[in-house]
Amino acid sequence: MAEQIKNFLYLNRRAPYGTIYAWESLEVVLIGAAFDQKVSLAFLDDGVFQIVKGQDTKGVEMKNFSPTYSALGDYDVNQLYVERESLEERGLSIDDLMHLTWEDEDEDWAEKDSIRVVSRAELARIIEQQDVVFSF
Amino acid sequence: MSELHTVNKSPFEKSSFDSCMEHALEGSAVLLYEDGVYAAIKGSAAEGKVKMAQGVKFYALGPDLRARGLSDERVTDGIEIVDYAGFVDLAAEHDKVVAWV
Repeated sequence: MAEQIKNFLYLNRRAPYGTIYAWESLEVVLIGAAFDQKVSLAFLDDGVFQIVKGQDTKGVEMKNFSPTYSALGDYDVNQLYVERESLEERGLSIDDLMHLTWEDEDEDWAEKDSIRVVSRAELARIIEQQDVVFSF
Repeated sequence: MSELHTVNKSPFEKSSFDSCMEHALEGSAVLLYEDGVYAAIKGSAAEGKVKMAQGVKFYALGPDLRARGLSDERVTDGIEIVDYAGFVDLAAEHDKVVAWV
């Protein structure tokens, strides 16, 4: 049977530490990355808090899993959509987020940004274009 | 009877913070912790509700702010940042604790 490549989108809508959703999503993304599909991630609603920079969990004695988002590029997961309205409602901007990048093999490993800030309307269209959507 | 209200859910996801704000009387205190600290972000949709509350003192738990990458400068003016010992002191200082879970 011919190999069929599908578009997978992971919807991340939860804050990182109050529940286990964010961490579970990241684990599933990393496992799924081994299957050679087209994978992208969307951060909207409280999900935008997952990739806020400067997280320091020492005081709450929990694992800080935020550095793992930096590894996504190495797994060819380099399409990260962040919803602009979700940032604004929370008093955040792109400057509050981690600088997540990937290296483009086709352009002599040039470093490129993984994050693309999109509007709510744009994200609706991005969701529409997917074959499979996973929600966390 | 002085009350300490506690909120541990995100104001953008659950109604806990909004309900707390609608029931917190003058002279009471509100402590934001866990995902409740997101209500303390300056410039967020929650800031107006913090500023509108008359005669209510606000606190936020520092370790939960730092875990979420929120530095002290990101916190709305007037909200006092406390540590776990401060949380205990607040619970002891008030006649009862009302938890908005």
